[in-house]
Amino acid sequence: MYPENYKYSKEHEWVSVEGDVATVGITSYAADALGDVVYLDLPSVGASTVYLKICGEIESTKSVSELYSPIDGEVVEVNDAVSANPEMVNSDPHGEGWLFKVKFTELPAELMSASDYQEMVG
Amino acid sequence: MNKTTLYDQHSALGASFTDFGGWEMPVRYGSDLAEHEAVRNSAGLFDISHMGEIVVVGPQAKDFLDSKLINLSSKIAPGRAKYSMLLNESGGIIDDLIVYRLSEEEFLIVANASNKDLVAADLVPKGFDCEVEDQSDQWSMIALQGPRSLEVLDRFVSEPITIGYYSIGKYVIDSAEVLIARTGYTGEDGFEIYCQNNQVVSIWEQLLQAPEVTPCGLASRDSLRLEAGMPLYGHELERDIQPAEAGLGKVVITREGFQGQSGLREPKKKLIGLKGEGKRAARQGYQVYENEKQVGEVTSGILSPTLGYPIAMAFTTNLETKPGDKLMVDIRGTHQEFIVVELPFYKRAN
Repeated sequence: MYPENYKYSKEHEWVSVEGDVATVGITSYAADALGDVVYLDLPSVGASTVYLKICGEIESTKSVSELYSPIDGEVVEVNDAVSANPEMVNSDPHGEGWLFKVKFTELPAELMSASDYQEMVG
Repeated sequence: MNKTTLYDQHSALGASFTDFGGWEMPVRYGSDLAEHEAVRNSAGLFDISHMGEIVVVGPQAKDFLDSKLINLSSKIAPGRAKYSMLLNESGGIIDDLIVYRLSEEEFLIVANASNKDLVAADLVPKGFDCEVEDQSDQWSMIALQGPRSLEVLDRFVSEPITIGYYSIGKYVIDSAEVLIARTGYTGEDGFEIYCQNNQVVSIWEQLLQAPEVTPCGLASRDSLRLEAGMPLYGHELERDIQPAEAGLGKVVITREGFQGQSGLREPKKKLIGLKGEGKRAARQGYQVYENEKQVGEVTSGILSPTLGYPIAMAFTTNLETKPGDKLMVDIRGTHQEFIVVELPFYKRAN
């Protein structure tokens, strides 16, 4: 269920790499745990992100969670569609529900493979 | 942790669970927004077997309850229900309750799961000719709520449901005798079904077969009750909050001789409804400001699924606060404007 070609953080974000740009989203495990997402506060284009530092907020009907960046870099694109329709995080967390894209130079070594992440969340 | 008789049904439906008052309860089966919407537009089915059922029986049951609860139970007609409260000696709320008068001499009191033991321990009928029995372990309770719940329920009971709002009656489902009350916690028409534990699986499964019915968890129960402006113990109600402060002054009949009455004082704070703009909800514990001065705290808040804007209940120490006033709520460092509005936020059309 977790795409094999993605990398995963222990804070339940996924990273999909294409060249020097990484697309970031949250995993279906996180989306399910949050419940229906109703509001997203995402970093702006140009903002710097730091591995495991807070870069935004995800608010569901029941709770507010912090969004941690799974990677060091600079935000080059934000998914405006998901900001306008936060339910996309629930309906397609690993696809259409991506959150932002980051230009990066190095992937954190701590990121997990799909099978390691699967093992962590059980 | 306690589990209700329906635990396996919830698991099979893919529920996520949460600890609620010492019970492992379904928080949602799929999408809590879809569950919320099902109750507003069709019908939703909740397992609320964690609630406590305390039965008071005897010739002086009514007199005993009059001495304990804020409302006169003796004035409830048999077959009717009333919202009431049990106070401690200093006038604080031990629990809010529904009191059903089943017959002249028999009352069913429904208490919150987390307070049930305290309520049962407090209801000691010293000097009254009646008996009090905590029957919570024997009873299951499910709620069918929403505009289509009457037509659904009518298909399953042996005779048409005729009870009105806040009434209770005996009905037969599947040759099992059950109590059906037209009460609820969602702001919609709906029913609460009280049955023995060994009957509940069959009733639950039958009702779920109806195409109109969606199983609903506690997340949607909370968002529904909040839109309907109904208080939740642990949020709007607490041991150090008096009924008048929680906006429930009118449920207190001006009368003497009930437990906690001598402890009632002038309110120090006031429960208000707040309406915001945008999408960010003010949540429990967030501070409320008026003219830069902190005046209170949010007790419950969400982005209202039905209304589309943030709603919240909050206490303010400014007793003059009225609808239309503008207050600020500190939402994680950002002050956001909210307007004071009348409760409830949502009222069904008919």
